[in-house]
Amino acid sequence: MNNKYMISFIAVFVLFFLAYLGTEALGLDVLFGVLIPYAALAVFIVGFVYKVMGWARSAVPFRIPTTCGQQENQLGFRQNTLDCPSTAGAVVLRMFLEIVTFRSLFRNTRMNFREGHKVSYNLEIFLWLFALIFHYAFLTVIVRHLRFFLEPVPKALQLLETVDSFMQIGLPVLYLSGAALLVAAVFLLLRRIFIGNVRYISLASDFFPLFLIGGIAFTGILMRYVTKVDIVSIKQLTMGLVTLHPTVPEGIGGLFYGHLFFVSILLAYFPFSKLMHLGGIFLSPTRNLPTDTRATRHVNPWNYPVETHTYEEYEDEFREKMVEAGLPVEIMPEEQPAEEAEADSPSEEKE
Amino acid sequence: MNDRGKIIAGLAIFIAIVTLPFWFNMGKAAPVPDPKLTAKAKAAKECVESTAYMRAEHMQLLDVWRDTVVRDAKRVYVTEKGKEYMMSLSNTCLDCHSNKTEFCDRCHDYASARPYCWDCHIDNPKGEN
Amino acid sequence: MSDLPNREAFFSNIDHSIPTAKDWMDTLPVDIRKGIACYAGNPKSLEYVGLPNPRTWSCFDEDWQLPENWQQILHEGFKERLEKFRSFKVFMDICVRCGACADKCHFFIGTGDPKNMPVLRAELLRSVYRNDFTRVGKLLGKIGGARPMSLEVLREWWYYLFQCTECRRCSVFCPYGIDTAEITIMGRELLNLIGLNIDWIATPVANCYRTGNHLGIQPHAFKDMLEFFVEDIEDITGVNCMPQFQKKGADILFITPSGDVFADPGTYTCMGYLMLFQFLKEKYGLDITWSTYASEGGNFGFFTSHEMMKRLNAKMYAEAKRLGVKWILGGECGHMWRVINQYMDTMNGPADFLEVPVNPITGTRFENARSTKMVHITEFTADLIQHNKLDLDPSRNDHLKVTFHDSCNPSRGMGLFEEPRYVIRNVCNHFYDMPRNTIRESTFCCGSGAGLNAGEDMELRMAGGLPRANAVKTVHEQHGVNTLACICAIDRAALPPLMEYWVPGVEVTGVHEMVANALNLPGQNERETDLRGEELPQLEE
Repeated sequence: MNNKYMISFIAVFVLFFLAYLGTEALGLDVLFGVLIPYAALAVFIVGFVYKVMGWARSAVPFRIPTTCGQQENQLGFRQNTLDCPSTAGAVVLRMFLEIVTFRSLFRNTRMNFREGHKVSYNLEIFLWLFALIFHYAFLTVIVRHLRFFLEPVPKALQLLETVDSFMQIGLPVLYLSGAALLVAAVFLLLRRIFIGNVRYISLASDFFPLFLIGGIAFTGILMRYVTKVDIVSIKQLTMGLVTLHPTVPEGIGGLFYGHLFFVSILLAYFPFSKLMHLGGIFLSPTRNLPTDTRATRHVNPWNYPVETHTYEEYEDEFREKMVEAGLPVEIMPEEQPAEEAEADSPSEEKE
Repeated sequence: MNDRGKIIAGLAIFIAIVTLPFWFNMGKAAPVPDPKLTAKAKAAKECVESTAYMRAEHMQLLDVWRDTVVRDAKRVYVTEKGKEYMMSLSNTCLDCHSNKTEFCDRCHDYASARPYCWDCHIDNPKGEN
Repeated sequence: MSDLPNREAFFSNIDHSIPTAKDWMDTLPVDIRKGIACYAGNPKSLEYVGLPNPRTWSCFDEDWQLPENWQQILHEGFKERLEKFRSFKVFMDICVRCGACADKCHFFIGTGDPKNMPVLRAELLRSVYRNDFTRVGKLLGKIGGARPMSLEVLREWWYYLFQCTECRRCSVFCPYGIDTAEITIMGRELLNLIGLNIDWIATPVANCYRTGNHLGIQPHAFKDMLEFFVEDIEDITGVNCMPQFQKKGADILFITPSGDVFADPGTYTCMGYLMLFQFLKEKYGLDITWSTYASEGGNFGFFTSHEMMKRLNAKMYAEAKRLGVKWILGGECGHMWRVINQYMDTMNGPADFLEVPVNPITGTRFENARSTKMVHITEFTADLIQHNKLDLDPSRNDHLKVTFHDSCNPSRGMGLFEEPRYVIRNVCNHFYDMPRNTIRESTFCCGSGAGLNAGEDMELRMAGGLPRANAVKTVHEQHGVNTLACICAIDRAALPPLMEYWVPGVEVTGVHEMVANALNLPGQNERETDLRGEELPQLEE
């Protein structure tokens, strides 16, 4: 019985009702509308900085990029500067494309055992595709939400909204990003539930953010297209938050507070979870270092002297045998005259 | 290799982006929109439906009106209370709310809603202020 | 080999279905199976190099005779490594378990054991990391993916950390570049702290420390062995290729893995080096020396700990300095080149007593090695061929239909792809690459790297080598490929039994064996056989 996703699902459900009932029944609008969002943002920022600085404190003793293409050379073979970047600029490009296009994930293949004992590896594009949709949809949704936090709403944002709703489906017009986010979250979730090995490796902490983000998308869509909320009051609240003059207008409704609580939970949960891959990808030593290790010396800050077996110790142990075999030595045993032995000394059996 | 500086710079940029709304709005008042009613609208006391309903659902209502008029050729809307109205943005809505900039636009701009009503309809058919 | 089922049965029995009944954390205790696990390190070897907690023990026993405070040692060792290695710390934190790596591991493909999915191998450590070093993990316990260290967990670590060859294939596909090799390296370092090592690593390490090479070949014997090759070459070609040893003031120091001095078919590659150097000496006056002290290119210290790696590697620069050479040339080897390319200069440099490598024959300045001052032999040979400095008759390799196995480390730790291919194409006329997803940066391990090339884990080796063998089989069937070329001494030891088991009829060769077979030595007799003493087919006609 895999209870990992049930626990996560129930947790998200409970969180919603906490906020819904807390505001609808107990009138804790100030708590859910002001205090918790502020606290969540503070935890997010402080936690994020703390985590990244924790990584920064750890040394990078060796330069260990994964080389995924032809190295720099003087022989005229074309270097793959993107996958084996030996300059800072090329590393920046590699990182940039990794972050904005998920290039490594795009390489994904699926292994299959076929008839006649053949193993095949075919391009598997869906994880990459839906991961990309998920992240870009989420980004678009976040940026679009700036309309609740900026006054006046900048023209660029209006343009984004126009593009995001260009199909003019329904009323209010459907934002494609919202739908895409929900669809991608569901895809990633179903993948975790139905693909055997992905289910096997998944933890509760893999399901929880998916349910949470799915919940955010779902409540958002619900407010916009189904139950309708008073958007002017909501902006009054959100603008109050960002101008540091918090106000809690009447009659916003529990659904909105559920949505806002989800977002607060996501922010506060972020620094303590795998979601920190957002910051971590920038610090991944197999990607963010140039592959010029042989050309430029990398310094290990904690490099310490080690005990080695020196040549002198080696010669001391084997001197007699070396001399006998005609190998040159630094110190001749006793007073034997130094003499180059010829190569035709008696050879032992191999091994 | 000391990359602490780069990491701190990156973090600073990240935090600046995350807290952008706080900077953007700094020193600016963000007045709550105050849609202005014309004398005629005030006199009417109530719109075609209750204020609360109109606030949340006016776009839906207009959408239904448009479809009913264009597809079914029906032009009369009967309210909950049994009053009858001509289904027309220009002739009914804008009859009272003849001040689009002070009424419609105030909330629309605030919430960044840009309805495509005005792609076809002129906003002040009677030329009043 | 005799204990193994036949290959059809072996293949058919691989089951990739994932257990649905149990969570992976609930599958303990792990069954440490013969055929998969390797024998424990000989305490004498551990003692010789001062590794901690040496003792006689066996992984098949109940009692591993661990030091009393083993959990504390592991915890503190873990903590220290999190601070010393950002890679380790970041990789502990940011995995999202997307599963992209799952079917990229040759051990998962060949065994079907779900814990051989790279992500789970890392989770073995991550689960303990969460418990020991994160508050959330400690708080949530198992549901947060955390678990305390226990004897059962330790056995699991041992078992699966020695089912990873540190090949880095998973890190190519990971969207964050998480490198399981890094995880395995740290895990094995931790195990070493409590005296858990395998003998196939520990004894070569001790040997290498003492005699300069993994096989424990003493200086006089090393010289004898090379002289033995010299005799063989003279029989075949009529030319004496006697090398120089420890020659002070030589231009170049040559270091290659000792496996090539010791066992077929690596020995033929070694003969290849001797012939190439003889040719260059005769034609262009190349002054190159071997050393019995630095007689090992490979570095099994790398599979033990960063410190041990540094201790063994120190010989290369020390000997180059003592002999006063200008730069170092390195032979065909896999993990040796990971160490040289990504670690050596940092650990034991700066090599300011050496010069930027310049090929004395062509004048090519190897700028890409200007700091480390060590050049790969395929870079060197490719450069010679480009400048038309070699007298080659590729037709002597006409009976070979060749494919090339990219060794893991020169591929994913260096980016050496075109150089060996260029050399191969110039010394033989029939070359066919294996399918794209199995070569270059996506190359599959031989299944025996990172110290797993022992005799007692043959089942594991055949399983791990299956994806490689299967790709060879493809070109064997399509193009009649009969020769698998490689640039790694462990490959030359590991691939022959692998081919014998999975793709009979395919021989394994080093690139420089083929170079030597094609190379016309000045003053040579008409060649009747190749270096293996087999008659050249064009003469049979």
